[in-house]
Amino acid sequence: MTPASERPLTAMIDPAAGPPDCAAYERHGGWQATRRALGRLAPAEIIDMVTRSKLRGRGGAGFGTGQKWSFVPKESATERQKYLIANADEMEPGTFKDRWLLEGNPLQLIEGMILAAYAVQAGHGIIFLRGEYHLACTRLHRAIGEARQLGWLGENILGSGFGLDIHVHSSAGRYICGEETALLTALEGRRPTPRSKPPFPQTGGLWGAPSVVNNVETLCNLPHIITNGPEWFAGLGLGEDGGTKIYGVSGRVARPGAWELPIGTPLRQIIEERAGGMRPGYQLRALLPGGASTAFLDAAALDVAMDYGSVEKAGSRLGTGMAIILDDRTCPIGMIRNLEHFFAQESCGWCTPCRDGLPWVERLLDAIEDGTGQDEDMDQLARHARMLGAPGRTFCAHAPGAMAPLASGLKLFAADFAAHIRQRRCPQQSGA
Amino acid sequence: MLTAEAPLPAPVRAEILALAAQEPHPRGAGVAALRLVQAHFGWVSTAHLREVAALLGMSADDLDGIATCFNLLFRRPVGRHVIMLCDSVTCWIMGREPLCAHLWLTLGIRPGETTADNAITLLPTVCIGHCDHAPAMLVDNALHGNVTTATLDHLIDTLGHTP
Repeated sequence: MTPASERPLTAMIDPAAGPPDCAAYERHGGWQATRRALGRLAPAEIIDMVTRSKLRGRGGAGFGTGQKWSFVPKESATERQKYLIANADEMEPGTFKDRWLLEGNPLQLIEGMILAAYAVQAGHGIIFLRGEYHLACTRLHRAIGEARQLGWLGENILGSGFGLDIHVHSSAGRYICGEETALLTALEGRRPTPRSKPPFPQTGGLWGAPSVVNNVETLCNLPHIITNGPEWFAGLGLGEDGGTKIYGVSGRVARPGAWELPIGTPLRQIIEERAGGMRPGYQLRALLPGGASTAFLDAAALDVAMDYGSVEKAGSRLGTGMAIILDDRTCPIGMIRNLEHFFAQESCGWCTPCRDGLPWVERLLDAIEDGTGQDEDMDQLARHARMLGAPGRTFCAHAPGAMAPLASGLKLFAADFAAHIRQRRCPQQSGA
Repeated sequence: MLTAEAPLPAPVRAEILALAAQEPHPRGAGVAALRLVQAHFGWVSTAHLREVAALLGMSADDLDGIATCFNLLFRRPVGRHVIMLCDSVTCWIMGREPLCAHLWLTLGIRPGETTADNAITLLPTVCIGHCDHAPAMLVDNALHGNVTTATLDHLIDTLGHTP
């Protein structure tokens, strides 16, 4: 048996060689978990193992994976129609981790889906892939075809009586589809509007059937948890959480990129050691730790451990774990304007506060950045941050996510906002 | 020659019906069917939208509500090549605005417009997951990173556009 890797998710990824085929995947430790699980472990045992591994969702919300599965009705896959859906609609600005996994080792995702589907007894698998990921799409189709041919997908896998097939849904570009109920609505051929909960997807999801939606990175962890055990996986993390995490850094750092590291690795280590620190001539001013919908942290917060609890305690969210750096030569108001343009454009338009509030925020920021802002605009921005930022005032988490960088930015960059209004222009040449 | 006003060719209609048959309800194939039409014609005309809607048992307006809400489904004709320049946060920080300005100077088109010779359409796109190589863009289906004005000039040449 191959010794357990300390970076299990990316151990088999070699961009020069391309993704492994079924045989190479097996040579490097793949399919062991499927052999161990199917027909030998009860679905409830898998759910228990994943719960004990302390795996939490890697898509942004961070819900316990074992707990998420535990709400699915227990009938077997042959008795009841159920769905397991991989959320590969990676559209959070600043995030490029799932693309690495999808292009680098699609069979790992397929095996993760087999294990998850077996645990919740779902006979139908769907990969909801964002339409812009063309290479990932080609490689997924090829991997699914080979897995089908060799009997890893289809009816009665390994003679266990359990069957699963996987279908790739290529979406057509809409951020809101990453929200799990909007994703289900999109799969049903409707405008991707989020749904009211309850019913939760686990009991009433796709076409009314029990459904589980898990992020790509979450699913890719499962083969390693089953092969090496939940205690091994829990021990990989440096703090409260289990496993590794794919972290990334983009912006004006020396070496932007993504790295698989123990979950709970300090932010400073990721930025200074992995990303090589700032480029010459630039200072780090602030950052979004986990994508566009997380609150700004300033340079003083760099020693935070990048796990769910620690980042929350520091006033933000781990999110996708992919940090975006604001340097000292980029205008923070310009950056927030760019973020709010994105959120305003990607609002599904279903509920009024989000549909009308986000464009209003964008116009106020336009005015301030362009030198026509007024003091009252600051009160209006603060009011929006307060009204849209609290959960429960909009239909889904889109507007609260949009307000995270705004609310934190209003505090952190108060002097910059004031200077824009006072000087009637942007004091910094931005985005150049 | 395939045109957007002629009826859908029989094999495309058959493929749409096959997609619909795989779904618990035919409308589940809506996005896939529209993508298929676009792959053949470059965009989705109103005539084709009506045909697809009829095949899926939907009203044309219902299907148009889906077609118009997705960024990658084009309800207007586009050029032979589509440049999608990322306008999200990391690419903005790394200088996508000067690139957009360069395309305006070189090609005379702004986002949403097509060159007069119908060679190139320029569209904005949200983050395409290539932030470690920002600024990034998609040219048709190909991903390009660390884009500079020199990259753009070379690209414009290879796409067969004469300014």
